Amino acid sequence: MSTVTCPECEAQIELVAGTEAGEIIVCSDCGVDLEVTSIEPAAVQLAPMEQEDWGE
Amino acid sequence: MQRRLKIGVLYSRVRVEEKWIFGAMEKRGIDYDRLDDRAISFDLEKPEAWQQYDAVLERSISYNSGLYALRMLNAFGVPTVNTAAVAEVCGDKLMTSAVLARDGVPQPHNMTAFSPEAALEAIEAFGYPVVLKPVVGSWGRLLAKINDRDAAEAVLEHKSTLGSVQHSVFYIQEFIEKPGRDLRIIMIGDKVLTGMYRSSEHWITNTARGGSGELCPITPEIEDICLRASKAVGGGLLGVDLVEHPEKGLVVNEINHTMEFHTMQPLSGIDIAGEIVEYVVKTAKNSG
Repeated sequence: MSTVTCPECEAQIELVAGTEAGEIIVCSDCGVDLEVTSIEPAAVQLAPMEQEDWGE
Repeated sequence: MQRRLKIGVLYSRVRVEEKWIFGAMEKRGIDYDRLDDRAISFDLEKPEAWQQYDAVLERSISYNSGLYALRMLNAFGVPTVNTAAVAEVCGDKLMTSAVLARDGVPQPHNMTAFSPEAALEAIEAFGYPVVLKPVVGSWGRLLAKINDRDAAEAVLEHKSTLGSVQHSVFYIQEFIEKPGRDLRIIMIGDKVLTGMYRSSEHWITNTARGGSGELCPITPEIEDICLRASKAVGGGLLGVDLVEHPEKGLVVNEINHTMEFHTMQPLSGIDIAGEIVEYVVKTAKNSG
């Protein structure tokens, strides 16, 4: 199981099996949105803020 | 021997829908590339890099990125789902309303004006309440229910002062006393795939805003209005939002060209991601 460190609060977060690069996860400690930027090695960064033209 | 198809999937974030779509691609053994819209670029002198794709499925969260990518791809002759022309119409609520009006598809009473003064005059003439919506935007954001002149003046001033120029295209819609729900219908080509009611105690029933879903049987009336709506905007993979209007019956509220279906797929038991992939493959083959 891969573990990453939340860049906001430094909590240790385990990536669940099946997590993919580009996915958004939520830090279980501080609740910030994180984007998984890589699986091997596991890495996250703060997810981009919602933009005005985002949607479906 | 027939050449193996190559598909591109343009995305911004890997949401659950994208995971399902990637999974459906892999299950079918399809050769596909994941194209992050933040990482791509187009060189107009070198279309070959993109012409390797037999079709591209656009799943961008950013309307602008998705739309301009589709415009480039279509200019390079690459078939896309949906086409740039469909995205142009569906991504802009006023353009959607215009084509629905052109084709006589039932919709709420909509008005538009390009200055706060003209918008206020139109609202006063129509009466309260009305809803002000941004022409581009989704997930129920920045919708304003206007109950009286004071609110109208305030919101119109805020939009024209604080918003981008696009917020000065005032899109005004009658407020519909709907029965606490609206309908989201998934269209694939000329087929109505499935649908659900989205319920909320709030007047905004979008599931992105906490509304809940319940399966909706597809009646002939629903099928008819959805087919007409799809035809009006140019067809493709569409999420048609309907509202039960107390006087007009079913009306088309908006049409989404990169629809989310994280609630609908488990609710309906239909492999929507698989259906989408099949449609993209069909689009690629039809263009060859």
